[in-house]
Amino acid sequence: MIVAVWVPLLLPLLAAPAARRLAEALAPRTAAWLLAGSAVVLAACSTAALALLAGAGALRLPPVAAFGHLVLPVVGDQGTVPAACAATVLLAAVGAALLRTSRQRVLLAARARRAAAAAGSAGGDLTVLDEDGPDAYALPGRPGRIVVTTGMLRALDPAEREVLLAHERAHLTGRHHLFLTALALSCAAHPALRLLRGPLSYALERWADESAATAVGDRRVAARAIGRAALATRPTSPRPLAALPAAAGPVPRRVAALLTRPHPPRTPRTVALALACCLALSTACALEAAHDLHGSIEVAQSE
Amino acid sequence: MPEASASARRPSGELEASVLAALWAANGRALTPADVQRELVAALGADLARTTVTTILARLHDKGSVSRTRSGRGYAYLPAQDPPGLAARRMRTELDKSEEGLRGTVLARFVSELDAADEQVLRALLAEVPPPATEDDPR
Repeated sequence: MIVAVWVPLLLPLLAAPAARRLAEALAPRTAAWLLAGSAVVLAACSTAALALLAGAGALRLPPVAAFGHLVLPVVGDQGTVPAACAATVLLAAVGAALLRTSRQRVLLAARARRAAAAAGSAGGDLTVLDEDGPDAYALPGRPGRIVVTTGMLRALDPAEREVLLAHERAHLTGRHHLFLTALALSCAAHPALRLLRGPLSYALERWADESAATAVGDRRVAARAIGRAALATRPTSPRPLAALPAAAGPVPRRVAALLTRPHPPRTPRTVALALACCLALSTACALEAAHDLHGSIEVAQSE
Repeated sequence: MPEASASARRPSGELEASVLAALWAANGRALTPADVQRELVAALGADLARTTVTTILARLHDKGSVSRTRSGRGYAYLPAQDPPGLAARRMRTELDKSEEGLRGTVLARFVSELDAADEQVLRALLAEVPPPATEDDPR
C-alpha cells in the first residue's frame, strides 16, 4: 500500500486551522462557501482513503478475489491487513455517523415544517408567537418561515424590526441551513472538521447581517437592531465585570463589524496558498491511491 | 416616484410580514391603517401608499391573522390572539422532540446568548450609535 493513501486522513488536521484562519479575513459570503466547500472536499477524500484501505484488504479475502476474477494475490505488504482492519472499523463508524446525521437532519427539517404549521398568527413569511421572551429564528422549508416572539417585536423599533426580518429572510433565501448540513455531514466523516463549526455559523450570521444592512440601507441601524435584540434577551441587569474578555463573543463582533466601514478584505496569501495546497494534495493523494489499487487489481487479474 | 418604489421594490409577502410585526409590537393597542403606514414609512425610509397598507390589512383580516373594530370611518386592527401561548406551546412541543437541539443547528437564531463580558462590550459599542427614532422623528 502506498503512502499517498494516508495523506487525506491526516490533512484535515492542517487544513481545518488554515481554513478557519482564512475565513476570518474574507467577506462573509466567501468565507461561508470556503468553509463548507473545504470541509466537503476534505471529508470526501478522507472517506475515499478509508474505503481504499479497506478495499485493499478485502481483495485478499477469497470470495472477494473470486468475485473480482483475480488469479494472483493482490500485491501488498505486511501492513495491508492490519491497516485494512482498522480502516474497515473506521469506515463503519463513519458510515453510521453519516446515516445518523442525515436521518437527524431529515427529521429535524420535517419537525421544523410541522412546527411552523402548528404555530398560529401568520402574514407573509412571518409567524408570530405570543410570548414575552424575546426570540427570533428562521425555519427552513418550502417556503421557509420567520418565527418571532412578541417579546422580540416589542423590544425593537420599526426600523430594527425590518432589520430582524431581513436578516432571517437572508438565511432562508441563501439556504444557509444547507451549509450547516454540509458541514455536519463532513464532521461525521472526519472529526477534525468540527473546528469549522463556529467559524461557519459566524460567517452565516455575518452574511445575513450584511444582507439586512443592505435591505434597510443603514449599517448603523442594523448594528443597533442586533445589539438591542441581544441585550433584550438578557434577563438581569448588568452584572459587575470581573475581567475584560480576551475575545468577545459573536454578537459584539457582529455589531462591531457593522459599525466599522467595510473595507476590501485583504486575503492572507500564505494561508490561502497553504489551504489550496492541502485541498489539492488531499484530492491528488486520494486519486493516486485509487489509481494504485486499480493497478494492483489489474496485475492480479493478469491482464 | 418614491411612493411606487417602496411597494414595487418589496414583494407583497414582505410587506405583509412588516404590517403584522407592527400590529403585534403595538402591545394590545389597535392600529389604524394610518398608524401602520406611519410606522412603516419610518422603518423603510420610503413612502408607502395608504391604499397599499389598507389592502394588506384587509388580506390579513381575510386570513384570520388580524381582527378589526370600527374606528371613525374606517377600521382599527389588532393581531388575532390565540388562547395565550397556545401556538407557542404547540410549536415548542414539536421543536423539543428533537434530541440534539434543533435550535442550534437547523435554526439560525437572530442573536446568540451573551455573557456578562459580551454585554459590556456591546453596551460600549451601542453607545456610539444614535438611539432609536421616536414616533414623531422625521427620519
